[in-house]
Amino acid sequence: MSATNTNSALLTVLGVGHLVTGHRPWLRFVVTAETWNVLLAGLAKSRWSLLGLWGEPGMVHLAAHEFETGTPGIASLPCSAGEFPSVGRWHPPAQRLERAIADLVGLQPAAGPDLRPWLDHGCWPLRHPLGSPTAPAEALPPYPFLPTEGESLHQIPVGPVHAGIIEPGHFRFTANGEAVVRLEERLGYVHKGIESLLNGASLERAARLVGRVSGDSTVAYALAFARAVEAATETEIPARAHWLRALMAELERLANHCGDIGAICNDAAFALMLAHCAVLRERVLRASAACFGHRLLMDCVVPGGVTVDLPADGVPILRALLAEMRRAFPPLVELYDNTASLQDRAANTGTLNPTLVQQFGCGGVIGRAAGRAFDARREPGYPPYDQLEFEVPVRRESDVNARVWIRIREVEQSLALIEGILERLPSGPVHGALNQSGRLVEGMALVEGFRGDILVWLRLAADGTVARCHPRDPSWFQWPLLEAAIEGNIVADFPLCNKSFNCSYSGHDL
Amino acid sequence: MRKLLLQNGWRSPLTLPAPAPSESALTELGAKVDRAARRRLGRSLAIREVDAGSCNGCELEIHALNNAFYDLERFGFHFVASPRHADVLLVTGPVTVNMREALERTYAATPDPKWVVAVGDCGRNGGVFAGGYACVGGVAEVIPVDLHIPGCPPNPMQLLEGLLALLQVVR
Ligand code: SF4
Repeated sequence: MSATNTNSALLTVLGVGHLVTGHRPWLRFVVTAETWNVLLAGLAKSRWSLLGLWGEPGMVHLAAHEFETGTPGIASLPCSAGEFPSVGRWHPPAQRLERAIADLVGLQPAAGPDLRPWLDHGCWPLRHPLGSPTAPAEALPPYPFLPTEGESLHQIPVGPVHAGIIEPGHFRFTANGEAVVRLEERLGYVHKGIESLLNGASLERAARLVGRVSGDSTVAYALAFARAVEAATETEIPARAHWLRALMAELERLANHCGDIGAICNDAAFALMLAHCAVLRERVLRASAACFGHRLLMDCVVPGGVTVDLPADGVPILRALLAEMRRAFPPLVELYDNTASLQDRAANTGTLNPTLVQQFGCGGVIGRAAGRAFDARREPGYPPYDQLEFEVPVRRESDVNARVWIRIREVEQSLALIEGILERLPSGPVHGALNQSGRLVEGMALVEGFRGDILVWLRLAADGTVARCHPRDPSWFQWPLLEAAIEGNIVADFPLCNKSFNCSYSGHDL
Repeated sequence: MRKLLLQNGWRSPLTLPAPAPSESALTELGAKVDRAARRRLGRSLAIREVDAGSCNGCELEIHALNNAFYDLERFGFHFVASPRHADVLLVTGPVTVNMREALERTYAATPDPKWVVAVGDCGRNGGVFAGGYACVGGVAEVIPVDLHIPGCPPNPMQLLEGLLALLQVVR
């Protein structure tokens, strides 16, 4: 792993700090406020991007990723006075993350540009659940939305309960006639307190919980959690388990992309695509259930390997799925490409400035549709993808159409990957015992879900239970960009833009 | 597009035969419906789905009910965009504290007669998320529930069995 890369400017900055032992695979340093500020300057200059920002009593952690060397590194800043120099002040992508830290841990971003609460809506029976919980002294004032002024502007509040079968969140549109002047998101409605439930949990329970941070990405989350545990405990898992995990991850990607392509077209009033894509999605879920016993593959990936081996008839079931997908998918692609009314809605709609995408370190389909080629399967990478050939499709138009095409190309790549996995699946056990370190250890992992890169950071206590775990959804760096993408579009195109992003509410609200 | 549509004309439908209504659901529902309501509703039921803090897993399977395999609409069920048009609230999730008020208000906005179906292990008692500061834990803690469909998430067949039981009672 590139953890010891000496050319890394990021590690040179971090290196003046105090190296924390027992943190794997990347390095974590306890730094001073001075180093912290150098780090923030590097973020502001886009020398590295923000991977995550989270807190615990008395300490904030910042994970960054350097473009040139591909090296991740973590800085930890002790905050004895209950505050830390605001990251969001210099680097806007951090703003919501530090508002969440203030709500959950009680550490304040000093001189932060936005000090409104984010996840805490003033309804919980306590404040700062991850810090020193106290009973709320007084009720929170009503949430102050950003003011909008101007002639003939009107506001449209939407949600939290939406019209479709989707997750809850509140959108506040300010419009001038048909055109959206500003969208402001208000999230946090599905905050389940998962991080606090994880504190002290057994690995078994924690794996189930992290696998339900966002149900559509259960494989990717469970994989990120398992890899972080395995990194922390320095456990090597059997080769076959790596390959089966990748198989499950690609099935998950396939199912979600099929569903999304159909749903996006449906929001452009083209229901035929939804009907056909929903059938393909259903076929993937049925094959998943037939092979691994669960349609969404929940609880199949665990620390140490996987819980179910591919049954004897698994390979023919999956080959039949591949054949059916290869028969049915190309005509749908052609239909998408050749339906003028659909193209009219999707092309040049919800265009996102690629500079913002770079600044936010926005991953997944949204990033790759805007020229940001980042894919965690490649970099930092994890097995067995280093032994598999696949392309990471990239486009530059950064509109709804480009996001559909990235999904189409990724469906094709996932089909090829599944084929490659079936051909070369090694034999042997699918699960191994974890090393028992008997002391405090820490681990981190970055995994590419269908929505983008998922980060899991954790600390295991000496008895092997979870002392602290922070899962970071890709949506943290995507939701804010939806506000930018919709600007200047008509209100009626919002569902289309929103679906082309398909950010997670549950993963974000945690 | 024409070719695709024509081909679909030839192919036999994907739709699966209807499952029998779930026995346990029938028992749970049995005592709760009065005859007058049944007559008024006829054969059609409008469903409003409410995510009260789900992980989104339950939503994915509820979505699947609309695909060609399960084709929920053939039974007279359809999803509506507003609680004011709904006969049934299909509620998922452990009811987060932050969603409690929205759920109560959605229930209040649904005209009588109405039924509430709690979907998933979360909807029953909070599931894996029970016990924290952020979840109420179970839909029945907040609004009266007529039927629980367990599972994490329940698959479309289980959802269908539960809903068919509801339909039988309502009819
Ligand atoms: S029951 Fe399971 S799938 Fe449904 S919301 Fe709860 S955790 Fe998610």
